[in-house]
Amino acid sequence: MLLIPCPYCGERPELEFVYGGQAHIARPADPSVLNDQEWAEYLYMRDNPKGPHAERWRHTHGCGRFFNLVRDTSSDTVLAAYRTGQPRPALPAGGKPR
Amino acid sequence: MQPFSALSLFRQGLSGQKGWAPQWRSPEPKAEYDAVVIGGGGHGLGAAYYLAKEHGLRNIAVLEKGWIGGGNTGRNTTIIRSNYLFDESAALYDHALKLWEGLSQTLNYNVMFSQRGVLMLAHTVHDVQVFQRHIHANRVNGVDNEWLTPEAAKAFCPPLNIASNIRYPVLGGALQRRGGTARHDAVAWGYARAADALGVDILQNCEVTGIERDAAGAVAAVETSRGRIRTRKVGVSAAGHTSVVLGMAGVRLPLESYPLQALVSEPVKPVFPCVVMSNTIHAYISQSDKGELVIGAGTDVYTSYTQRGGLHINTHTLDAICELFPQFRRMRMLRNWGGIVDVTPDRSPILGKTPVPGLYVNCGWGTGGFKATPGAGHLLAWTMAKDEPHPINAPFTIERFRDGYLIDEAAAAAVAH
Repeated sequence: MLLIPCPYCGERPELEFVYGGQAHIARPADPSVLNDQEWAEYLYMRDNPKGPHAERWRHTHGCGRFFNLVRDTSSDTVLAAYRTGQPRPALPAGGKPR
Repeated sequence: MQPFSALSLFRQGLSGQKGWAPQWRSPEPKAEYDAVVIGGGGHGLGAAYYLAKEHGLRNIAVLEKGWIGGGNTGRNTTIIRSNYLFDESAALYDHALKLWEGLSQTLNYNVMFSQRGVLMLAHTVHDVQVFQRHIHANRVNGVDNEWLTPEAAKAFCPPLNIASNIRYPVLGGALQRRGGTARHDAVAWGYARAADALGVDILQNCEVTGIERDAAGAVAAVETSRGRIRTRKVGVSAAGHTSVVLGMAGVRLPLESYPLQALVSEPVKPVFPCVVMSNTIHAYISQSDKGELVIGAGTDVYTSYTQRGGLHINTHTLDAICELFPQFRRMRMLRNWGGIVDVTPDRSPILGKTPVPGLYVNCGWGTGGFKATPGAGHLLAWTMAKDEPHPINAPFTIERFRDGYLIDEAAAAAVAH
């Protein structure tokens, strides 16, 4: 079970959270100008990296708020936690843990 | 290839079973192949076998970064069924099931395919209605599926608890009698042996590190940990790592890779005659011929490539198993493990061409790829050999996500494929 550092509440077990998928996917400002390929990209295409991955979590059984994690998907190490709306933080080379 | 038969076994017995040769070679990579399959699981080895057997190619390599059958082929719960809702899916999975039915003879290798029946339990009125719809859709498509009352389900699977006072009482079940299990390792080994006999080079410990494209954008070669290999046809059958491999050719896919766990109990005498699945309380169980109860459930919630997951997922599954089969409460679990499954938004696979000429993909099987092994291999081989999809896999394109032709088994079953 992951130990997830909620930026509002501190470290809590994974069971208190709901996963929200890849972070920083912005809804297109004007969907009507998108072609089918661009719309499919927004709806369905995902980076799915083996390595650092910025992702949304929601502390459903805690503060209830959304936030973002950067987690290394090759080791499940949490590299950074930050509030929604903030940019993805730059990581030191080699992806050291927080 | 030394053929396996009762007579050959008897003859070898006279000399202490010491006359057997290795079942496949370990060749050095050649500089060039007519076709390369990336991924030495059942799907990839099957594709190489059918390329050689049915399409006349001989100069073929299978590239496997670890050992053959060491990925999801060796990590699944070996359940085989074809009772999917939509026409496209029923055709695809039943194509595989029909190949399973003759596979031991085809390969001269006992894959221990056992059609012991797959029983899917209904626990709510909604389940009952959905399963009835599945049964009718399946029968229209020529796929066997029948409704069992709780009493009939109990008669078919005596360990089942059909008491009405449990949290999710059994209201009935849908039974596919042609479904069952097979020996997962034997499937990889059987295809490897048969492909090797047809001249396919199986290159283990050979990790692909790059895909080269020529000026026209077509596949020209693959870079591997054992050197550069020229080829004009590459089939990718890399399960959870498909996004990584196709990323090397600049192809983006609608895939997310999740850990999927399974576990086995200590081995016991035969106690469990069939496969039982429950989508609602999310568990499935069968008994291997070794005697272990083989138990699986849903994926972990987050994407990962670690081949392990949280223990609470297994605990949740065992809660469900103990409710349905209270006699197993005192059994000890022996091992648990994880595999990485590549999941598409509609929970149907992607099997066909990519935007890159000469590059083909077989992925997105999510939590249920083992059952499709012979069919996926057969259809990937067809697509690679003819540079066009077989009618059965023609609907399973990448472009369906652009064009809106989803095959939405995710909505049809909600969970647990």
